[in-house]
This record gives sequence, C-alpha cells and structure tokens, in this order.
Amino acid sequence: MIGEIFNVTFITGLIGATMRMSTPIIFATLGEIIAERSGVLNLGIEGTMLMGAMTGFLVTFNTGSLWAGVLAAALVGMILSLLMAFLSVHLGLSQHVSGLGITLFSTGLAMFIYRLHFGSPIVPPTVEPFRQVAIPFLSKISVIGPSLFNQYVLTYLAWLLIPVISILLYKTKIGLKIRTVGENPFAADTVGVNVNLTRTLSLAAGGALIGIGGAFLTLAHQNMFLIDVVGGRGWVSIAMVIFGNWDPLKGAIGAVIFGFLDGLQLRLQGLGIQIPFHVFLMIPYLITIIALVSVSRKAFVPAGLLKPYRREEKGG
Amino acid sequence: MIGLKIIKRKPLPGWVKIIIPVVAVVITLIFSAVPILIAGGNLWKSYYYLFYGALGTRYNLLETFVKASPLIFTGLAVAFAFRAKFWNIGAEGQLLAGALLATWVGINFTGVPQFLLLPIVIISGFIGGGIWASIPAILKTKMKVDDVVSSLLLNYVMIHIMGTLLFGPLQQPGSSWPRSPGILEAARYPMLLARSRFHLGIPLAFLAALIIWFINNKTVFGYQSKAVGVNIKAAYFGGINTTSVILKTALISGGLAGLAGVGELCAIHYHLLMDISPGYGYSGIVIAMLGNLHPLGVVFASFFFSIVLVGAHTMSRMTGVPTYIAEVIQGMALIIMLISLLLTEYKIRVVRK
Repeated sequence: MIGEIFNVTFITGLIGATMRMSTPIIFATLGEIIAERSGVLNLGIEGTMLMGAMTGFLVTFNTGSLWAGVLAAALVGMILSLLMAFLSVHLGLSQHVSGLGITLFSTGLAMFIYRLHFGSPIVPPTVEPFRQVAIPFLSKISVIGPSLFNQYVLTYLAWLLIPVISILLYKTKIGLKIRTVGENPFAADTVGVNVNLTRTLSLAAGGALIGIGGAFLTLAHQNMFLIDVVGGRGWVSIAMVIFGNWDPLKGAIGAVIFGFLDGLQLRLQGLGIQIPFHVFLMIPYLITIIALVSVSRKAFVPAGLLKPYRREEKGG
Repeated sequence: MIGLKIIKRKPLPGWVKIIIPVVAVVITLIFSAVPILIAGGNLWKSYYYLFYGALGTRYNLLETFVKASPLIFTGLAVAFAFRAKFWNIGAEGQLLAGALLATWVGINFTGVPQFLLLPIVIISGFIGGGIWASIPAILKTKMKVDDVVSSLLLNYVMIHIMGTLLFGPLQQPGSSWPRSPGILEAARYPMLLARSRFHLGIPLAFLAALIIWFINNKTVFGYQSKAVGVNIKAAYFGGINTTSVILKTALISGGLAGLAGVGELCAIHYHLLMDISPGYGYSGIVIAMLGNLHPLGVVFASFFFSIVLVGAHTMSRMTGVPTYIAEVIQGMALIIMLISLLLTEYKIRVVRK
C-alpha cells in the first residue's frame, strides 16, 4: 500500500499539486504583507479574492482572453483595497471592522453579479483555463522536472514575486518608506513621508496581488466560478503573514506548506483512500492554527499596525 | 492635492446614538438602489416587494420573526464579545458546534420527556458553542494568538468536522445526503402560533437579549467585561483577572451563537445539515455593529436584516433581482454604519494641501 502511494508518479504529482495550490496563497500572502508592513491589516482579503475570482472568470468568459481576466481581477482587487484605504486610512475607522465590511460587501457583490450575469444554470459555465507551460530542458529533469517546471505562468510569476517583493521591501527607497510608515508613522511624517498616501498605495498594490490570487482559482486551478471557490484561503493568507513574521520569504514558505497539505489532500483523494475527504480538508486549517500557536509568542508585529494615523493625536 | 481632515467634535446628545443606526439603515436602502437598477429592477416595485414580502401577510411577518431569531443570537454573541474587545469572528463555527452537540443529544436521549429534554438540548447547544469559542480565547490569553485569525480559521475546522461526521458516523442510515438522523419528537421546539413556524426560539432570543442587557448593566462581570474592552491594561492593574474575564466572555458569546444553531436544528430542519446556517454567524458581525453592541440595538438590527433576507425572496421572484442583493445590502450596511458612527465623534473636512 505504502509502495503504491509513494511511487514516482505520485511524488511528481504531489510536487505539482503543491506548486499549484500554493500559488493563490503566495499571491494573497505577499499582497497582505505589503499592506500590513505599511500598517494596515486588510481583512477585506477573503472577499477581495472572491471578487478577483469572479471578475477574472466573468471577463475571460466574455472576452475569451485569460490575461484580460487576470488584469481585471487585479484592477478589482485594487479598487476594493482603495475602498479599504478610504475607510481605515483616511477616515481612520477600525481596521478590523472595515476589513470585515469589505469582505462581506464584496462576497455579496461577487455572488450578486455572477447570478445577474449567468442566472442559475444547472451546469456551471466554464472557460478554457490556462495551460501549463513547460520550461525547455528543466522540465525534462526526472521527478522534479515535470512538476516544478511544467506549471502555469501565474505560478512562475508567484514564485518570481517572492524575491521581487523582498527586494522591494528591504532594498529600495519605496520599501523603506513602507516599513517606516508601518513602524513609526510619526517619524515618517517628520521626515516628509506622506503616511496616508503611502498606506493607500501599499494597500492598492497588495490588493492587485490578492485579486490575481483569486483569479488563479477560477482561471487555472478550476475553470468555473463556484461560490465557495476561495473557501477561507484569504484567512489562511492572513495566518501565513503572521506565521512568516511579516517577511515575504517566510510567508511564502508558509504558503507552500499550506499548498503541500492542500495538494496532499487532493492527491490522496484521487487515490480513493478510504478516509473521509473532510478530514483532509480540515488538516491545512488545523495545522495553520498550530503553526500560529508556535510562532505567536515571539511574533514581530509592525508597531504601527492597526493604528490610524492622525497628526493631531500624537501618541494617542 | 486634496485630502481629508478628521477633526474631533464636541460630544453629541445621547439621542443621536439612537438615531444613527436608523439613519444608516435609510442610507443603506437608498444606496441599494444602485444594484437594483443595475439588475434592471423597477425601484418602486422592488422596494415594495422587499417590504411586502417581509411584512405584508401574516405568514410572511411571522417568517420575519423566524429569521430574526438566529440573527438575534449571533448578533448578541458578537456584540457581547466585541464589547470586551474579544474579536470573535467565529460565531458561524460556534453556531455549528452548538447545533452539533444538540443533534447528538437530540438523537440519543430517548425516553426523556420533552419538558426535560428541551432544556438539556438547549444547554448542550450553549455548551457546544461556548467550548468552541473558548479555544480562540485560550489561544489569545495564553499563547498570544490573534483572536480574529484563530476564530475565523476555526469556522472552517468546524465545517469539516461536521462534514466528516455527516458523511460518516452521524449520517442518517440509508441516506445518500450528508445529513444526520432526525432528532426526537421531544427535542423539537414547540410551535407557538398556528399555521406558521413561530417557534420557541423566538421568545428565547428576546429573553437572551434581556439577560445580556442585565449582565452588561447590572452585574460585576458585565462591568469587568466592559473594562477589559475599554482598556485591558488598566483593567488588569485595577485588579481584574482579565484572562478569566475574556474566557467567560467567550463562553457566553459562543454559547449564544450555539443557541442560534439549536433553534435552526430543533425548529426548522430537525436534521443536522451541512448548510444549516446560511452565514448567520457572519451576519451577526454586521448586526452587532449596526446595533451599536447594545442588546436592544441588536434586536432592531436583526429585524432589519431579517426583513431584507425574507423580503429579498419575494422581490427576486417579482422583479428578477437576484436574492444575493440581501448580502450586498448587508455589507453596505456595515460600511455605512461605520462611517455614520465616525461622524458622531468627528467632523470630516475636505482640505487642499
């Protein structure tokens, strides 16, 4: 039995599934990290992903262009995050409640627009999804080749973004601005950084990534939109930010671990193993919570997180 | 560059606090015109059927009460937790946990007379929800795990625990659906009005609101819970055992959510189902905020939402506007309420920089 499970095909399949399943989480985790490093917890993430998933699907369905769908999802993610910025940054409302408001609103909106456009057909409409692209030579390596280097372009993009966002945050002036605004907005203001503008732009950039993460679910992972397509992946990404100590690389590692568990669950189901599939579906969430327990004590939280910045209320 | 300047305003008289949610509801209904128009609905017809569907006939009016019951419970659950700044976003999972434990009791306690079994079922639902809510509370107080994230993630864990059981040991024999066997006759809530589903859970919800009001205003624990919410450090140095207060707050909060689940089980479905809650736990968040975390406010906010939920069906049938309009309105209401609350404390000026 064990031999049957752990043969080469299975391992190749598992690595491939890990890559696929971690893609939306990597996008969303990186997007959330940018926002949180600037001092804003974006709990709108779950709804934003769903709107990204729905918009991406809708636009692709109507234009036939997958990339138009991805672009539209990024735009919608950005718009919703700008709304989040208006509420939590410019009006200074509670980040917790504004974020939940965005999630509830965009969840309702996604289902509303989908139903409006497609009605309630018995068979859900589908699009021709993204195809895997094999990288020449590399994809020929045994075992890991076909799994690591025969992936969706969005998956490659997600992996590429890990170092890109790291460099952006730690090695550029923009990154320094974002981090300062998140750590000490008063100091940032004193040296002439526009705190609210920086936070708004960070949210918007993060929102675009979150939207793309959602679109991956309907344009690559699946080829249709289902109401529970996101299914808590946004909240998992929030957990991954904490797990990764607000660091892009560590957050992405968390995302890959979650992707592995998710992929394992899919592969084992595929083998028809007689364990209820809900047990497998539960495991990633359970392990995420356990992971949070192990890191939370020594968590490094951006000092300005959750605090709206009002110049008059110094130290308040 | 144009920016917003937020200026603290002088405290407004107390009646403003009561007016604010009403204003927020009216503004929400005005804004709802946008999705209705986009969906091609006639505005007057849509609003007419929204309210007619919820209030127009005896049966519909009583259905509005039926829908309000779980909403009051989850609204109270969230309001009670938020008041202590225990960010319980897990009312959905706690509702399911309550329903799950109540199902187990409701199936297995054969031979117990109804006057005994009903309290047992209700208490077991309370305990089920309470235990599930105590997990994020313990994680928060002992391990410093963010309560928002843990309570949210636990919703999904609970859904899959239910799935495991309903596709396994708790599945009704011979059924291919993921549903439990029916609960005993004696575990069912009595119907209080003929030709309707007006059940015991409805007065129970009002009673719960009254009890929470009493706890909030008349007990030491209610005071401590509020003190923890206002300033946890000050409460701690003032001699309050903050850990114990948060844990008890969580137990009550989760217990209330569990009671929402018991009502749906024992008065509506009689079987445990995967979709026993269409998101009542999440609606509870909006209701708590719209009700200003006050029990009476929660009751009113619950009725507003139950009108929208019940009325949306009639509106959808008559005008073709998708029923999901209810969810859109819900999300908008929260955002608009937040802004309205802000305006009671601050003035907003548009300034040129």
